[in-house]
Amino acid sequence: MSEQAPVSPETETETTDGDEQSTAETLDQRADERAEDRPVTTGAQSVVRALENAGAEMLFGVQGGAIMPVYDALYDSEELTHVTMAHEQGAAHAADAYGIVSGKPGVALATSGPGATNLVTGIADASMDSDPMIALTGQVPTNFVGNDAFQETDTVGVTQPITKHSYFADDSDTVGDDVGEAFALADQGRQGPTLVDLPKDVTKGETDVQPGTPEGPDTFDPPTEADADAVAAAANALAEAERPVILSGGGVIKADASDELRQFATEYEVPVITTMPGIGSFPEDHDLSLEWAGMHGTGYANMAITNTDCMLAIGTRFDDRLTGDVATFAPDAEILHVDIDEAEISKNVEADVPLVGDARHVLRQLDDAMEAAYDAADTSPAQYGEWREQCLTWKDEYPMEYDTPDDEPLKPQYVVERFCELADDDTIVTTGVGQHQMWASQFWEYTEPRTWVSSHGLGTMGYGVPSAIGAKLAAPDQEVVCFDGDGSFLMTVQELSVAVREDLDITYVVLNNEAVGMVRQWQDGFYEGRRMASEYPWIPQFDMLAEAFGARGFRLEDYDDVDEVIEKARNYDGPAVVDAIIDPAENVYPMVPSGGDNGLFALNDDQLEDI
Amino acid sequence: MTQGIDGPHPDDRMRPAGRRNSQGIRIDPEAEATHQPRRAVLSTLVKHEPGVLSEVSALFSRRQFNIESLTVGATDDPDVARMTIVIEEPEPGIDQAKKQVRKLVPVISVEELEPEAVQRELILVKVDGEKPDDVNAVADMYDGNVVDASPEAITVEVTGSAQKIDAAIEAFDQFTVREVVRTGAAAIDRGAETLKAERRTDTTAASTAETATDD
Repeated sequence: MSEQAPVSPETETETTDGDEQSTAETLDQRADERAEDRPVTTGAQSVVRALENAGAEMLFGVQGGAIMPVYDALYDSEELTHVTMAHEQGAAHAADAYGIVSGKPGVALATSGPGATNLVTGIADASMDSDPMIALTGQVPTNFVGNDAFQETDTVGVTQPITKHSYFADDSDTVGDDVGEAFALADQGRQGPTLVDLPKDVTKGETDVQPGTPEGPDTFDPPTEADADAVAAAANALAEAERPVILSGGGVIKADASDELRQFATEYEVPVITTMPGIGSFPEDHDLSLEWAGMHGTGYANMAITNTDCMLAIGTRFDDRLTGDVATFAPDAEILHVDIDEAEISKNVEADVPLVGDARHVLRQLDDAMEAAYDAADTSPAQYGEWREQCLTWKDEYPMEYDTPDDEPLKPQYVVERFCELADDDTIVTTGVGQHQMWASQFWEYTEPRTWVSSHGLGTMGYGVPSAIGAKLAAPDQEVVCFDGDGSFLMTVQELSVAVREDLDITYVVLNNEAVGMVRQWQDGFYEGRRMASEYPWIPQFDMLAEAFGARGFRLEDYDDVDEVIEKARNYDGPAVVDAIIDPAENVYPMVPSGGDNGLFALNDDQLEDI
Repeated sequence: MTQGIDGPHPDDRMRPAGRRNSQGIRIDPEAEATHQPRRAVLSTLVKHEPGVLSEVSALFSRRQFNIESLTVGATDDPDVARMTIVIEEPEPGIDQAKKQVRKLVPVISVEELEPEAVQRELILVKVDGEKPDDVNAVADMYDGNVVDASPEAITVEVTGSAQKIDAAIEAFDQFTVREVVRTGAAAIDRGAETLKAERRTDTTAASTAETATDD
């Protein structure tokens, strides 16, 4: 960007910082007003007040004995809306999805013991995907802690490894600030889940301490700008590269850096590959997009990621589903790794140039450094021309195709593609985990950040139904569709009752192959077709199940009905479930076998046998 | 019917020349880099609050860092405790361990001590009391003290570096050793350098803590 431009990056930064400043002032002001108008008198009220002061609007939870004082305090809150979920796992996933779509921590509420342990899957899921979320759990009174009291679990001990930090609140005077700190921490630096365990005597106890605006812990100071020398080194590496790619991870979305990424990639004409959590960080209809790489990524993305000589990797932790065997992962590439969490640098793949900082800031820093780097190397983005041509050739050689023969059952890819065609541009897609998740990510075209909501790192079947609820409540004006599998759907189907009760306009599409399809695919590929416990001899009829819940149910079996059924389900004002009976033999391709070489992805069954 | 997509066979595709090792490091064919494990002493200041020890130790087991010893004790600041962690890892592992520990919320700072830092361990050895003079002589050799004696058993205290402690244990082996109690390492840098709690914002604890000095 030239210095003469009317809006220089510096001015933009100032404006943004100015906005943040005034937002902070408003939050402080509002906290003071609340303390004045409605001073808190109990620990539980402090908890609720801390959430209000943090700007929370919505909670997802399930009642229970030890958390009752907090619910009682919620009774009086005019600012917080509580959504009663059917199961605590649903509450955690809904809060997680709310966090992904809104960018602010989602709040999950549960009682002690089983309430808390039921949250665990959802917390672990948020931890693996760095989703902002705060869990508040009831606990037995402090004088019972350690006695194996009724519904007592060491919740802090259980959740410590899967949160950024788990707090044990032991004082009614400070419990509000504990909640405020946990909320702030969930959002700070690399986002993630936090938890506050709330003993009943602490929440019932009296206090006159008024919680202030939430502040993060004093031991935590996330970086913003990357080291200037590293930025120069990275710019030089890009300027000297012949076959560069940008690998855009979920961190780009979390940092709201999609605009900066688009600008950078377009300006310097560098092809962009996303990770799976990074889907939506770069528009898939862009000329430079190669979509996503990894186990079931596109052939062209995996060819490019394998043969690149310089990778600008942003906000990714190089998960094994992305890298395959690290020995063959981008083996010729200098890795320029941008991450806000320094512990991700050289954890799985060595970074030649570590750039520790916020993705948005670092992309601006790099942008400022490129001109000098091209001058010094006496090169220009034109030198990537041949490489871009190569990437386009791969797009032709490895197209994402499937057949739709009339004499075979419906292909799931077709259902996804048609829905994408008919849906609004900014539609949010959520999924469960399995084959349907891969088809939903491969055959839907994502162009906006925060429109892809899925369970990546933990791979939680059952994520779909509740995550669609959280997503819809975070973005009520956007269309929400959940692609689910029959196995995934059955794991959290009870949350459909919540979608009906809350009258949420969500379309659920169950890609029904009467099997845990991904496991079945692996058994066929790697276990000589011994299909142990992967096929369902009998499963419910999901359209009828939907009707029993009070949702609209549709059954879809024929190609001719696809558009009509999708439109009917979309147009139904409330939750609709399409039970799409798909070809049970259909497998997900391309495929890099677990721990395999990305460049040797199999396109079909025969190639899978050969590699 | 065969499932999937038509397209070039894996054998017919463009292939890169390089490789990485299992730690994700690009292999230089000229000099293949292998990292030998080494011993590192991490002096870690943490908030003195419940659960910190389990949080730190759980991190080491969860991430499979090879931990040799871990000692915890008070500092001159009642709100701050020091953990001295000795690990044996290849360079990338040591680097990871430091960064992962630093991420824990109750952790204030993590510093690796220099290899020549002063390191001390303590043992209490209980041996049979039949040869008190011989036991005394061995204790003297290692600057130890007899701290308890009865006709049946004698208990000796020895402090020193890990090597000295190893040697002392071996020496006491000539008597019948009934029990050995050994601490982990306590370690401090040589010279005027100190590691003290430095806080981002003012808290009660921070107002008494001093900034880490470099001289």
